[in-house]
Amino acid sequence: MAADKVDPIHQFHIIKLIPINIGGYDLSFTNSALFMVATVVVAAGFLFLTTSSRSLVPGRLQSVSEMAYEFVGNMLRDAAGTQGMKFFPLVFSLFMFVLVANLLGLFPYFFTITSHIIVTFGLAILVIATVIVYGFMKHGLGFLKLFVPKGVPLVMMVLVVPIEVISFVSRPVSLSVRLFANMLAGHITLKVFSGFVVSLSALGALGIAGSILPLAMAVALTALELLVALLQAYVFAVLTCMYLNDALHPSH
Amino acid sequence: MADKNGPDGTGETGPGKQHEADIRDDDLERRRRELEASLATRLPNRLEGKDDAKAGSAAGYGQAVKLSSEFIAGVVVGAGIGWIIDRMAGTSPFGLIVFLLLGFGAGVLNVMRSAGVVAEFGQGDKSRSGRNDSK
Repeated sequence: MAADKVDPIHQFHIIKLIPINIGGYDLSFTNSALFMVATVVVAAGFLFLTTSSRSLVPGRLQSVSEMAYEFVGNMLRDAAGTQGMKFFPLVFSLFMFVLVANLLGLFPYFFTITSHIIVTFGLAILVIATVIVYGFMKHGLGFLKLFVPKGVPLVMMVLVVPIEVISFVSRPVSLSVRLFANMLAGHITLKVFSGFVVSLSALGALGIAGSILPLAMAVALTALELLVALLQAYVFAVLTCMYLNDALHPSH
Repeated sequence: MADKNGPDGTGETGPGKQHEADIRDDDLERRRRELEASLATRLPNRLEGKDDAKAGSAAGYGQAVKLSSEFIAGVVVGAGIGWIIDRMAGTSPFGLIVFLLLGFGAGVLNVMRSAGVVAEFGQGDKSRSGRNDSK
């Protein structure tokens, strides 16, 4: 059966490249770690090389870097105000990391690190931990006002506060699930349609003619995946900005 | 020497050439202003068109995944908290039941919040307390 050859899940397997074992913990350097390093190198290298000349009239690549900078800067200023700009390095790093990771994942035979929930959950926890730590640092216990909506009678607080707390705790979950599910679903769909091309074309002349349809679909899906990769990086960054806004201004 | 002056053909010296450069600068300035003006008239249209296109296909898909993930996250986190409380306090299964229901409420709240129907965190109003009451 050809199904073994076109297993759509196979692309997400973690492979240990350099086994490392420290104190009973498995700290191996895997293909996931390799692509994380690649993502950081590509993102940092691109930004460093394109802005190194610093010409007043930017070239093509320099203007790409400047556009990314201004895009994230405007996004953060809109969502969290000028005060929020102190979080610019965090938001910009997250945006570039997710964006480059998503885009690298689109190359055939590349590993998509954002298709693993533990990676996206790690990023989301980083965001929420920043919100909580900064919120308590800046506002003290006043940060807890976030969970107490104004104008709610005291009796209702018993019900409303737990719901608000659960709603807050579910934020990192929904943030990470959204990115992970988008990337996972997109890559599986792409793989399945590409698999159709392979299995159909093995059926002879009629199969080859029939395989044009899934091939066209795979091409269209690649374009959609490119869009999703950009959109999800944008959504991740926008929501980060919105959550940081809560840390800055817990009660409006 | 004669060859050097030849191509010019006018026989004019320095000041004349400077004059010509001035004209060219003025011309360039004028054309640049015209370009800016025509860009300014076109740019708003282009931006609007871009927004419309985005609202059509990509944002709809994004919105769908966003809302469903918000809802599922609320329920899952509620159930998770209930399960942990049960394990800690040995109150199984009441913690799970209560917090699953609360999680459902939080999921609905998440969805309505991200759809922009109810107020954001810390900005509650009467209408929301009424909604929660009905659960």
